[in-house]
Amino acid sequence: MRSKTQIYILVLIISLLTLNLPAIQRFPRPEFEGKYQIPATQVTNIQPAILQYLDIAVLIACMSLISWFIVKRRWRKGVFWMSLFSLLYFGFYRKGCICPVGSLQNVTMALFNHAYKIPLTAVAFFTIPLGFTLFFGRTFCAGVCPLGAIQDFFAIRPVSLKPWIRYLLGLIPIVYLGLALLYAATGTDFIVCRYDPFVEIFRHNGSYFMFFIGGALLLTGIFIARPYCRFLCPYGVLLNLVSRFSKNHVSIAPGACISCKLCENACPYDAIDKPTGLSVKNDNRELIKKLIIYCLVTPLLVIICGWTISKYSGEFAQVNFKVRLANELMTIERKGEPVTPATEITTFRSSGKPVENLYREAASIVDRFYAGSWIMGGFIGLILGITLARLTIYKYRKEYLVNKGNCLSCARCLEYCPVK
Amino acid sequence: MNESKKIRRREFINTGIRLGIGAGLGAIAVGLSIRSVSGESIWQLDPSKCVQCGNCSTSCVMQTSAVKCVHVTDMCGYCDLCSGYLRAGTKELNTAAENRLCPTGAIVRTFVEEPYFEYKIVEELCNGCGKCVKNCGAFGNGSLQLQVQQKLCLNCNQCAIARSCPSEAFTRTDTKNTYLLKGFQKK
Repeated sequence: MRSKTQIYILVLIISLLTLNLPAIQRFPRPEFEGKYQIPATQVTNIQPAILQYLDIAVLIACMSLISWFIVKRRWRKGVFWMSLFSLLYFGFYRKGCICPVGSLQNVTMALFNHAYKIPLTAVAFFTIPLGFTLFFGRTFCAGVCPLGAIQDFFAIRPVSLKPWIRYLLGLIPIVYLGLALLYAATGTDFIVCRYDPFVEIFRHNGSYFMFFIGGALLLTGIFIARPYCRFLCPYGVLLNLVSRFSKNHVSIAPGACISCKLCENACPYDAIDKPTGLSVKNDNRELIKKLIIYCLVTPLLVIICGWTISKYSGEFAQVNFKVRLANELMTIERKGEPVTPATEITTFRSSGKPVENLYREAASIVDRFYAGSWIMGGFIGLILGITLARLTIYKYRKEYLVNKGNCLSCARCLEYCPVK
Repeated sequence: MNESKKIRRREFINTGIRLGIGAGLGAIAVGLSIRSVSGESIWQLDPSKCVQCGNCSTSCVMQTSAVKCVHVTDMCGYCDLCSGYLRAGTKELNTAAENRLCPTGAIVRTFVEEPYFEYKIVEELCNGCGKCVKNCGAFGNGSLQLQVQQKLCLNCNQCAIARSCPSEAFTRTDTKNTYLLKGFQKK
């Protein structure tokens, strides 16, 4: 009995000793007789952190300058040169990364996942454009965003879109934003960066598929100006909402509008609201009735949309690596081993982690997707309801006004205004 | 009178909402800046988790991957029969193309002194497939390791290789741990 304990202790001591020792190499490093010197390991270092602070400084400088150009100087040429500069700097020099459009995912991930350490630049790039928008409108879109700048140069023959088409296409960015937030909050993927259509052009490198999408968007942009900004950009949704409450948004006429109609067709983005004919609409009663109905329908819409989208939460969750792996392992348990199991499965098995832990983790991720898709669906329903209700609210306009939400502050209309 | 009252009310509501948005933005900015990392987080792969599946060479957004084989020279045994350089079952230990394991011929073998040979990675040719890494780890010292070469890496917000890595070897690290090499002695 005693000898057994002794052996155990001996084994324990030996194993402790060997654990502390550095791993012994199979083939020890040779002692060279000649003058040969062992070369250093070739690794390249990254750019120092100071350059990333430079990005923030450039962003603040650009935002201040362009806001001054638009709101105070009312100078279209300045906007043009600024967008050229940001296309070259943020686009081709910084290769489209970091951009505020993608940073909203970093912020979401940091808010939902405390282990994630968000870079300071991502926080700055998310908040600074929104902060400026709060005061001066979407001046960021006008000429600081590299994605907007590259499309702006292609807006050669813009056509006016029918309002119902615009409303319908305008729902896409909201769905896209919802999906982006869902995937970022669950720590699955950054889809906005993955499907960024112009970053391949900035990098001169990437997949043919995304090159094709980017090229198609640019060509579409000749007729439908800035298709990505208006009908896809998820960050644009936030800027749109914030810009509606902006303090010093640029106005077409510096003084009183004389309704000369010169600016009527100036806007390539259909963001100029024309004057309404009547000061008060006649069938006021009818409209109020409609408004009440829509207000009652809105909660219903929230529930319907939430329910519909939560039905697909399982499909959304399939993008997540752990969920996919757990599903595949479960299929194997049910149907038996395939002839050649996937690399993921063999790797997981060789890692020696218990399957139960993975299943539990995957189940919790699926639950988060379920809750997230309810919230996302509800949000979409709410937006739908508000859009419907807003149709009934009649707002009297006696002059040409910019639509503060949709206006990209490109300052094209300012050149047409004869009022000095 | 009525009109101006209406306008004042709208102004008041707008100001209120503006203040609310401003406060929210400020809270996000301050709250996240406190626990943010200065500079940028970077992507790196942990060689102790890497299984050399070959995804690194195909999944990177760059057409030749930013993941390269790195030779940790401090660990190398300078073997004549290098399992990372030579294909298994080769009869003659020389630099002939049919004997070489690397599909792009990115490893250069030079004679040092009997019986030792030096091996060097030509970074421009390496596509990060990890064939040499696998064999070196299996039969040799494991001095060949895959790493994200930070000068080439575009530092995507979400690394495309990390998405397809079967062993979850890719992590966001800070700039202090640029390379996660095994047995690498910093000088």
